[in-house]
Amino acid sequence: MMVQITSAQAAILAVNSIALGGLLFLLSAGFSLIFGLMRIPNLVHGSFFMLGGYFGVTFLDRGVNFWLAALLSAAAMAVIGGLIERFLLRRLEGQILPQVLLTLGLAFIIADICLMVWTGDPWQPSPPPELRGTAQAFGMFFPLYRLAILGVAVVIAIALWLMVDRTRLGAMIRAGVDDPVIARVMGIKVSQLFTLIFCLGAALAAFAGVMGAPYLSVYPGLDFEMLPLALIVVILGGTGSLLGALVGSFLIGFLYNFGQAMFPDLAYVILFLPMVLVLVLRPQGLFGRVEA
Amino acid sequence: MTTHRRTVLKGLLGAGVSAVALKAPTVLAQTPVKIGLLTVKTGPLAQGGIQMEQGIVTFLKEKNYTLAGRKVDFISADTGGNPAGAKTKAQELIERDKVHVILGPLAAFELLAITDYVRDHQTPLISLAAAEDVTQRKANPFVIRPSATSAQCCHVMGDYAAKELKYKRAATISEDFAFGYEQMAGFQRVFEDNGGRVVKKLWPPLVTPDYTPYIAQIGNVDCVFNGFAGSNPVKFMRAYADLGLKGRIPLLAGWTAMDDALLRSLGDEAVGVISVAFYSADYGSESNKRFVAAMQKDYGVLPGGYSAGMYVAGQCVEAAVQKLGDAGPDGKTLAEALHQISVADTPRGPVKFDKYGNVVGDVFVRRCERKGGQLVNTVIKTYSNVSQFWTYDEKEFLANPVYSRDYPPAKYIE
Repeated sequence: MMVQITSAQAAILAVNSIALGGLLFLLSAGFSLIFGLMRIPNLVHGSFFMLGGYFGVTFLDRGVNFWLAALLSAAAMAVIGGLIERFLLRRLEGQILPQVLLTLGLAFIIADICLMVWTGDPWQPSPPPELRGTAQAFGMFFPLYRLAILGVAVVIAIALWLMVDRTRLGAMIRAGVDDPVIARVMGIKVSQLFTLIFCLGAALAAFAGVMGAPYLSVYPGLDFEMLPLALIVVILGGTGSLLGALVGSFLIGFLYNFGQAMFPDLAYVILFLPMVLVLVLRPQGLFGRVEA
Repeated sequence: MTTHRRTVLKGLLGAGVSAVALKAPTVLAQTPVKIGLLTVKTGPLAQGGIQMEQGIVTFLKEKNYTLAGRKVDFISADTGGNPAGAKTKAQELIERDKVHVILGPLAAFELLAITDYVRDHQTPLISLAAAEDVTQRKANPFVIRPSATSAQCCHVMGDYAAKELKYKRAATISEDFAFGYEQMAGFQRVFEDNGGRVVKKLWPPLVTPDYTPYIAQIGNVDCVFNGFAGSNPVKFMRAYADLGLKGRIPLLAGWTAMDDALLRSLGDEAVGVISVAFYSADYGSESNKRFVAAMQKDYGVLPGGYSAGMYVAGQCVEAAVQKLGDAGPDGKTLAEALHQISVADTPRGPVKFDKYGNVVGDVFVRRCERKGGQLVNTVIKTYSNVSQFWTYDEKEFLANPVYSRDYPPAKYIE
């Protein structure tokens, strides 16, 4: 059954789709790079998002500026990510099943630590003061803050793209994604790249967690709500591809908003339908490359 | 006839004498009452589960772990918030620890997983889970519920919205699961029986990262009734305010959506929301003042329905053990006593039970306000002696199907 929506509703949903897409990009860009370069299905990524959110609300509670809180949280998570990669994941290089078990186990441990430290109560900080207003359009209001998320996502997307596409480091990352063995032979320190990318991915997820906190709030279980979204985005877009993560995020943003509103009966499967299609028709994802 | 009466009298006299003669040794020999708690301390449902444990521990501490002259052995078990865990832990409590009574579990699907089991093992259970039929069409003589059925408070909201607030057109929104269906159905039935119309019913999945697509569909209505639970109300109310509906369409809420324990997670978006609940921290009974003070001292929190519900459950156990006296709090006799007791002073007002084991008690209508920087739910009206059947005839009520997504049918959907 399809529900008719008015053009005003469609406008609101469209803007919201883009905002959600921006947040999903922040979450899944790191996931995609980690998967693409290290071949690690990082099931602890949703926990990075949640833990980042908790760090953020803790800083905000102490009166720290919102953007500074987001950066501090990202920095803290980069350190934690680095430690996890250097001391745990490195020992399991190339062993997918132990990696899955390790990251899943870490996710459970982090969830319980968060419950102990931040209790089960949901935390929902206010957006930064300059972004608390609403923009009015089509007789509906739209929160400025969500537009700001989009802006931040675009800036980060451009920065990541420049890094991957235009720098020497980016060239090394691309070489590592394409063929790690040859990259090693060419003298690229792939293991250092691994640590770097893992730190970057963790930091981005934590940053997204803080950015998302004012409208998603932070609560136990958020980790395993976000992880599937990152997975869907990356399966749609293709692993190791930033463009794929970007397109996948906005696709999911639109599908989520319009799907929930127009096809409420399909609310549970709507996000997974395109994923199934992509897996059947183009298993490497829309922008992924076929393994050599 | 006369002889008969005399025999009875003699018997009574004899019993009295022997009780006096044996008094000292019985007190010494009184076995402790063992209370098992099934709660959730890990995973996404832990928020309510931790509050449950705080509530019962607060009560037992106040009583110095002694109820009606018997020491209390208190055993807490973490179900993990799933039916299999609830069953395992219920087995441990009953078969290994030999508890006399179980408090909990938290979630309806956990309760449904163990109701047959506690009946088979004749162990009384006092639950806060709201599933209607547990005290209705599938009533279980071993289960009592001192909190409320899903719809018990929502009936009141339907009445209040139609008669006092004079709303005509309402939209409902709640999670797409049984607790949501039963709440919204109760509201709809009473609201429509009093001249209102529910013109839109929205059912977001339990896990919904962003409620905007649903809120955007709320059209031209006088009020929105929401029945969210857990951390969802926090997300929902922020989005409702962000999208500019807060100033335009008044928001009404069930008890989980505006629980007092949730207030510290909420901000200005919650001010003005009118809610119904079986408990309010604002309520002025003596036991509630003690309870709120103890919770704030020990845990630094304002108690909500989960902790208050467990405090009341503790009071019910005490009353039943008292009633049984020397008989001992065992299985069937304890279950029967739990059905017969009434407690005059609880944090939620006077409490008694109907023959199905469900509470008959006060329901509060509250408005959320900011007082001295803090959010509080101020009671604006109290409905007394509210039954799970509202004002409907019990037989007729039970002859209908249980409340669901499709019952009562929504006739006015636009």
